[in-house]
Amino acid sequence: MSTKNIAGKTIEVNEEGYLLNMADWTKEIALELAKEINLPPLTDKHWQVIDYLRKNQAEGVALSLRKVGNSGIVDVKELYALFPGGPLKKSALVAGIPKPASCV
Amino acid sequence: MVENKEKIKKISIICASADLETVYATLIMGNGAVMDGIETNLFFTFWGLNAITKSKMNKIKAPVIGNTAIPLPSILGLIPGLSWLLSKAMYWRMNQLDIPPVKEFLEMVEAGGGKIYACKAAVEMFMLSKEKLWEGVDSIITVGDFYDKSAGGQIIFT
Repeated sequence: MSTKNIAGKTIEVNEEGYLLNMADWTKEIALELAKEINLPPLTDKHWQVIDYLRKNQAEGVALSLRKVGNSGIVDVKELYALFPGGPLKKSALVAGIPKPASCV
Repeated sequence: MVENKEKIKKISIICASADLETVYATLIMGNGAVMDGIETNLFFTFWGLNAITKSKMNKIKAPVIGNTAIPLPSILGLIPGLSWLLSKAMYWRMNQLDIPPVKEFLEMVEAGGGKIYACKAAVEMFMLSKEKLWEGVDSIITVGDFYDKSAGGQIIFT
């Protein structure tokens, strides 16, 4: 665990950069994190996915590629296009939720 | 994200069996690699071709006979429908865990840029053709092609 200065706030993150407390998250933080991992500029679709992930996390729903792909927001291919090389890991990081613990 | 000591960049996975555990080992490891941004090739050969053959891909079953993990005498494996029943139970549980059926799983791999190949020798042996294979199969390739495509990566035989 360590702290990190981001978008004018000091927040706690784990060794991989995931926020420890999803309540610390702000849109400004998401923008900074997205930049750090070299995501393309965030679009409406990105924000919709981020909202979806945060909502599921708050409700204790386990994250999976299939679930996001069936969310009605994006299909799997679109999710890969939004978060290249890490559809779940990168989206979770930017959404301020823990790294997904699922293998699928 | 993760400190990259020597991150795996490319992987080629060979599936030579139609048994549920082998097919799913291939799919879970392959999909997991794609999700991690690893360049991924899946190569299906011998009975493994069933997993990418239209008429068979969603009928992949868990074997009962010769499966030492099943706490039943092997002879009971002769009872018709036991393998079907075991497979039903496995698919039901996997579905709960968001592990999709074979076709949907392959579609996920493909959606992420993973490549799926069929072994030419096995396709000829089983008298199959591109038309009989699932549409997402990139191509039917030789062993030599497979090694070319695997260059610079690691190879796993499931």
